[in-house]
Amino acid sequence: MTTLHIRSNSPERTQQVGTIIGKSVIPNDLILLSGTLGSGKTCLTQGIAWGLDINEYTLSPTFVLVREYYGRLRLYHIDLYRLDTGEDMMNIGLDDYVYGNGVCVIEWAEKGEHILPASNLSVQFSYLSQHERDIRIEAHGERYEQLLKTVAESL
Amino acid sequence: MKILGIETSCDETAAAVVEDGTTIISNVVNSQVTIHARYGGIVPEVASRQHLITILPVIEKTLSDATVTWQDISAIAVTHGPGLAGSLIVGVNAAKAIALSHSLPLIGINHLEGHICANWLNGTQPAFPCLCLIVSGGHSDIVLMSDHGKFKKLGQTRDDAAGEAFDKAARIMGLGYPGGPVIEATAKDVTPTIQFPRAWLKDTCDFSFSGLKTALLHYVEEHHAVNTPQIPDIAASFQEAVVDVLVTKTIQAAGNLGIRQIMLAGGVAANKALTQRFLKQSPIPVHIPPPKLCTDNAAMIASCGYYHYRMGQRDSYNLDVIPGLNLS
Repeated sequence: MTTLHIRSNSPERTQQVGTIIGKSVIPNDLILLSGTLGSGKTCLTQGIAWGLDINEYTLSPTFVLVREYYGRLRLYHIDLYRLDTGEDMMNIGLDDYVYGNGVCVIEWAEKGEHILPASNLSVQFSYLSQHERDIRIEAHGERYEQLLKTVAESL
Repeated sequence: MKILGIETSCDETAAAVVEDGTTIISNVVNSQVTIHARYGGIVPEVASRQHLITILPVIEKTLSDATVTWQDISAIAVTHGPGLAGSLIVGVNAAKAIALSHSLPLIGINHLEGHICANWLNGTQPAFPCLCLIVSGGHSDIVLMSDHGKFKKLGQTRDDAAGEAFDKAARIMGLGYPGGPVIEATAKDVTPTIQFPRAWLKDTCDFSFSGLKTALLHYVEEHHAVNTPQIPDIAASFQEAVVDVLVTKTIQAAGNLGIRQIMLAGGVAANKALTQRFLKQSPIPVHIPPPKLCTDNAAMIASCGYYHYRMGQRDSYNLDVIPGLNLS
């Protein structure tokens, strides 16, 4: 498993990392985000959307659980924050999104660890101070080793 | 002219009969809020199934409350977006079936425009042009309305919608769901003393509540505030920060554009701290629907349907649901 560590000192930097990921993803890629409220998950997702040529703000999906965007590829922005059981997660059609030929970005993915595919790009956010976040990106599986390599080269 | 409105975009199953866009004959809302409370918000699949169970009884009750028969109804207006796809489908299909079987015109309505039309159900006739602030669980938009059906979106939230910010804040403070009413109740008669950050996003009509949410989280954690007497002050200070930005930016936008009227719409417009602040601070008239017409209902959809009927809108039975429908 390869790991990449990034220290971000602004929302713009976090978005920039996201944009690089967004430019490198292919259909059916799965990106799992974890970290507390306000640690940068939606911010990174905004960057991924820009990297996919989606020229909109990616609004928080907490209220509606899933938001869809149309760019170079379809982006499914999913939030498991409010869901507690695997059954709840299946009920929102999680499978359809994960295997839906688009790119899936899942916030609060740690809640769905037991039912999500083991092959994924996992991004963990830690809050260091008001303006600093630690971003740890892990590649799980061959496809994601390759994705992470592409991302690391573009940073 | 009586129009039957149907609304199932989120977690309220609603039907209403409205005459000439302004007079409510009957208005039935079946809320699922207690069903969704354990999830801290709406679960689409659950909402959709619940709509299926309640849609026909709600429509029947609406007609019987109004003491009208199908012969008295001139058209069916139904929300076809924005909202949750599975929820919208239930209302749209019910509307299509009724329109087909009773040979009535079918009119698809934008839920956000419906919220704005609640202002015509208040015994007033707002004049155009008007600046609308739409604040709900899914939206925080500033929209210029030049006539019925004519809108220009000037700004929106860049992250959390106002209603969503309230939900998250309530969860952080351990206050439960839905966040708006519970924070309003907790903050009632409390003088806020904590200065939470405001994102002004100068020179735009956009909003951002994400930073405020993060600041609240860290305040609550640092002060171990959950379940302590500090919570009312924190809730009041949070609410004050949201209200401050919404009110100030809307009034500023109206001033910059030379618009002489403001309209509020959406569930968060039921918040008294918001409405009182608007009435206190605004130099121009502010229209505010009564609280029960701010939250989701079908009277606003029927009202909107009336204006669209007069504009000549007639939809076919191919009318589709558009979960991401915009105002434009």
